[in-house]
Amino acid sequence: MLAFGLVAIGILAPYIAPHDPLKTDMMNSLKGPNSIFPLGTDQLGRDLLSRILNGALNSLKMTFSLVIIIFIVGTVLGTLAGYFGGIIDTIVMRFCDIFLAFPGIIFAIAVAGVLGPSSINTVIALAVVNWPKYARLSRGLAMSIRKKDYIKAAKMGGANEYQIIMRYVLPNIIPSLIVTATMDIGTMLLEISSLSFLGLGAQPPTPEWGYMINEGRTYIQTAPWLMIYPGIAMFITVTIFNLLGENIRDILDPNKQYEGEI
Amino acid sequence: MGKYIIHRLIHLIPVLFGITFLTFALTYLSPGDPAELMLSATGITPSPELIQQVRGELGLNKPFLIQYLNWLTSVFGGDFGISYKYSKPVLDLILRALPATFKLAGMTILMTMIISLPIGILSALHRNKLLDNIIRVISFLGISLPAPWIAIILMYIFSLKLKLLPVMGNTNWTSIILPSASMTILLASRYIRQVRAYILEEISQDYVIGARARGINDRAVLLKHVLRSTLVPIITQLGLSFGVLLGGAVIIETIFSWPGVGKLAIEAIFTRDYPLIQGYVVWMTIIYMLINILVDISYYILDPRMRLEKGA
Repeated sequence: MLAFGLVAIGILAPYIAPHDPLKTDMMNSLKGPNSIFPLGTDQLGRDLLSRILNGALNSLKMTFSLVIIIFIVGTVLGTLAGYFGGIIDTIVMRFCDIFLAFPGIIFAIAVAGVLGPSSINTVIALAVVNWPKYARLSRGLAMSIRKKDYIKAAKMGGANEYQIIMRYVLPNIIPSLIVTATMDIGTMLLEISSLSFLGLGAQPPTPEWGYMINEGRTYIQTAPWLMIYPGIAMFITVTIFNLLGENIRDILDPNKQYEGEI
Repeated sequence: MGKYIIHRLIHLIPVLFGITFLTFALTYLSPGDPAELMLSATGITPSPELIQQVRGELGLNKPFLIQYLNWLTSVFGGDFGISYKYSKPVLDLILRALPATFKLAGMTILMTMIISLPIGILSALHRNKLLDNIIRVISFLGISLPAPWIAIILMYIFSLKLKLLPVMGNTNWTSIILPSASMTILLASRYIRQVRAYILEEISQDYVIGARARGINDRAVLLKHVLRSTLVPIITQLGLSFGVLLGGAVIIETIFSWPGVGKLAIEAIFTRDYPLIQGYVVWMTIIYMLINILVDISYYILDPRMRLEKGA
């Protein structure tokens, strides 16, 4: 429930934010929290609250696109690999191995560093590094389902491969994958913000939480709220999504084998 | 066993090729002329003739594959090129910064183990009682923490306000406390949860019930049997975490100005110091894969069941 509230805030942010997050006003720079600017202003006089709210929109946009991309790419490739086996399996797994060999953030740094910092490049870099997880997972699940009796029954009933995958394999795979994806939302958000913090992601003046934390670093002694509030916002958001993930897992996945949490 | 190691090392090669190729390709495709960048980094504004000359020297006019092969061959000879910014061999720069990063990573892993094993065990043993719930809540919050944020907060509290610990650099033995504490908090939160889960899983196994039924006291059961089995997955996790550590170290090193490879890499990115970036990627990947191989080997040694199956 909370997560929906968060997403709603994210979408509504541009409308409810009291001030324009991009509008600078040097007269008011570095003010502490007060009645006009509930969370204070940054070094350029921009309202922090508005930036945080809009930051929510940006950060969440990036995170969701990232998770959706790796979910789709990973699942499709993994399911095909697991179900058909043979050459497809080998090829997909080789690719997985190559990308898994990269320590994630390092590759993301390399890509973002070489292609230039931008929101899109960050998402691309992280997508490239993280899709193998879903591929592996869906492949394993597909392989175990492939041998089940109802698949054989379906084949004897004359279903073609496409139908089998769509109607039998996928519905059984999806719950575990959704659990993983939801739990990943928090992780991906943190990774995106980390990259933005390093200056490799969202660029100024776009408000993005990770980047705002970095901006606040310089002013930590004079205006600590610049760093504290975006961090709190991120913290709360990630916590909420992690909670969401855990609850979904309790509902959807009776196995709970891969995490082991009881 | 030896065959297994060789098998893994051989596996390393195509991956390395893939990675270096990718990095090289990215560098090649990206905007900015390496010759120009190199010259501007020294502070002079290069003339077109000078750029052309340096391009010829660096072999930049040759086709992409030839450049890649040239780079590869020099890498095999131990020459990773010269950093644009520092005008020193990349290899030297990296090797000089590596120990600092390892120190940080090592300290973090040590602290994480010291903290998460006992707490995780405690949490599992007192399952669902107050202690367990407190621990679970705290560790749950811990995994939601943004790394830069907690690091800066710690710095704020301990360095700036309380003036207890140094803010940055690698000056004396206290310098390592804050950086590794930041990383430890994040890592330990995850591990506490993992340890708890593994132990709970083991405890419900039949052999434990059997041992207790035979009258072996609980503590012995715990220490000798359960822990031993739990060790295996935990070590695997550790190895995988190393990759995360190497990456996370980048952030911590930047915040605390810790002179490790992470900081080196970030600076390299911002100055578009491509040789350094490539050297960094190659080295990090090699180290990461070596660690993985080590983990697999230890897995093999610790768990006799693995020896029955063929390779990974």
